[in-house]
Amino acid sequence: MIRVENLTKYYGERLAVNNISFNIEKGEIVGFLGPNAAGKTTTMRILTGYLAPTRGNAWVAGYNVLSQSLEARRSIGYFAEAVPSYGDMTVRSYITYLATLRGMDKARIKKRIDDVVDICHLEEYIDVFVGRLSKGFRQRVGIAQAIIHEPEVLIMDEPTVGIDPRQVSMTRQLIKDLGKDCTILISTHILPEVSMTCERVIIIHEGNIVAEDRIENLSSLVSGTRRFRLEVEGPTKAVSEQLRKIEGVTKVSYAGSQYTVESTAEQDPRGKINEAMVKGGWTLLSLESVEMSLEDIFLKLTAEEEEESDQ
Amino acid sequence: MRNTRVIALKEFKSYLLSPMAYIVTSIFLIFTGIYFSVFSPAIYFETSITGFLEAGVILLLLFGPLLTMRLLAEERKMGTLELLLTIPVRDSEVILGKFLGSLAILLVMLGLTLYYPLLLTIFGDPDPGPIFTGYLGLFLLGSTSLAIGIFTSSITSNQIVAAVVAIGILLALYFIGFAAAFLPEALGEVIGFFSMSNYFPDFMRGVIDTRGVIYYLSMMGLFLFLAIRSLENSRWS
Repeated sequence: MIRVENLTKYYGERLAVNNISFNIEKGEIVGFLGPNAAGKTTTMRILTGYLAPTRGNAWVAGYNVLSQSLEARRSIGYFAEAVPSYGDMTVRSYITYLATLRGMDKARIKKRIDDVVDICHLEEYIDVFVGRLSKGFRQRVGIAQAIIHEPEVLIMDEPTVGIDPRQVSMTRQLIKDLGKDCTILISTHILPEVSMTCERVIIIHEGNIVAEDRIENLSSLVSGTRRFRLEVEGPTKAVSEQLRKIEGVTKVSYAGSQYTVESTAEQDPRGKINEAMVKGGWTLLSLESVEMSLEDIFLKLTAEEEEESDQ
Repeated sequence: MRNTRVIALKEFKSYLLSPMAYIVTSIFLIFTGIYFSVFSPAIYFETSITGFLEAGVILLLLFGPLLTMRLLAEERKMGTLELLLTIPVRDSEVILGKFLGSLAILLVMLGLTLYYPLLLTIFGDPDPGPIFTGYLGLFLLGSTSLAIGIFTSSITSNQIVAAVVAIGILLALYFIGFAAAFLPEALGEVIGFFSMSNYFPDFMRGVIDTRGVIYYLSMMGLFLFLAIRSLENSRWS
């Protein structure tokens, strides 16, 4: 349903998306995951026709986004990150305006408005000016306009950012429901969201796809690592230094008396950790093996970038 | 065509909801009214609307861009351009829709001045020819002013910049006609062809000069085309 081939986008000199390719089948809900400025929005904007790629091609619902732009755009519902909307229109006239420009006739719009207002819980606000709505409600309006024409493909750029928790869960449920009839590409940097709503995830980082798989398979991507959490009574610096010296240990981090140790998969350093602690005269209060969560996988895959963006 | 109409209607409604159109129309009516009644050199000597037309020309050059400055610059600034460029609507339909929306306001503005000739008809016996061609000329010149305003609005996200640049272009196009008088004859004549002021006196006199009509229409076409290209171009940024 969505096919991307060797897509590259430069903003002037800056490379935003670097030669990425992926495929999304009909009916899939795919999470597009990555830190800020990873290239998610750029890719989505190319798919929706807002930007033209520097190189490469993309097809939505079988239509090339450049040469058959209008046809491609017709089959897409797009929720843009900034939730752009016309403040001087009421919710009803705003949705009607966009629906009309999408080629829907009056009767169908009338029927569908009732549907989307119901789905997005906008009943009381239908005749309020969009500019008067709070961010959360504008977001709902944004979703309503994206689904009114029952698009084959729904592209949503961070639909759950900046809204209250109740609405977040509503939005996630909505995405799941919509996923029954249409193909959805949803971008986010909120990890639990992906495991909750998506079947497959594409992780993008600095314009490159670093991982692409079904959620349950992702952990195998980083299966080269095991992780342990321990609590030690003793001088932090000395303890972490000792831990680093242990064979097979690749990374040590700590917060207070809590330490996290990563090692290669072939090694089980637990015996040696114990030994080292005893040798140093410190008390090992607890030691446990930790499963890698999606969050860990994500951090692992985008580690370098995280450090850079912290600066 | 349907999309163009839908966009034009939306823009027209937006005008009615914002103060700019009312302010511009009011000032336009006040000044043209004063010129029509008080400062017109022709006062009491002839029943014509020349005073109104002379003021109207300058006012339209200044006010056209004030009406259009919002049309695309605001969309760019508020991010709604992303909506407009991702729905299945051609760039040309967007530009034409917005142009027609602003044109409707121009027509309303000119329509409200129809009481000047009406007064003349009640109290005198004016020649309807020059009145008709005067309005035609004013409409063509106003449309050109709007087209140029839409173009400058399409290249920036700052409304003030859009208006100032458009007024600059319009005044330059208007006044190069006067500069032409100081230039060598052949050069002056060529430059005169590109001047907005060159054609308007004919319309005031009651002559429909096809060169004038073609000049205004081609300027309109040129700048609308440039606006479409600049919209297209924003995809390649």
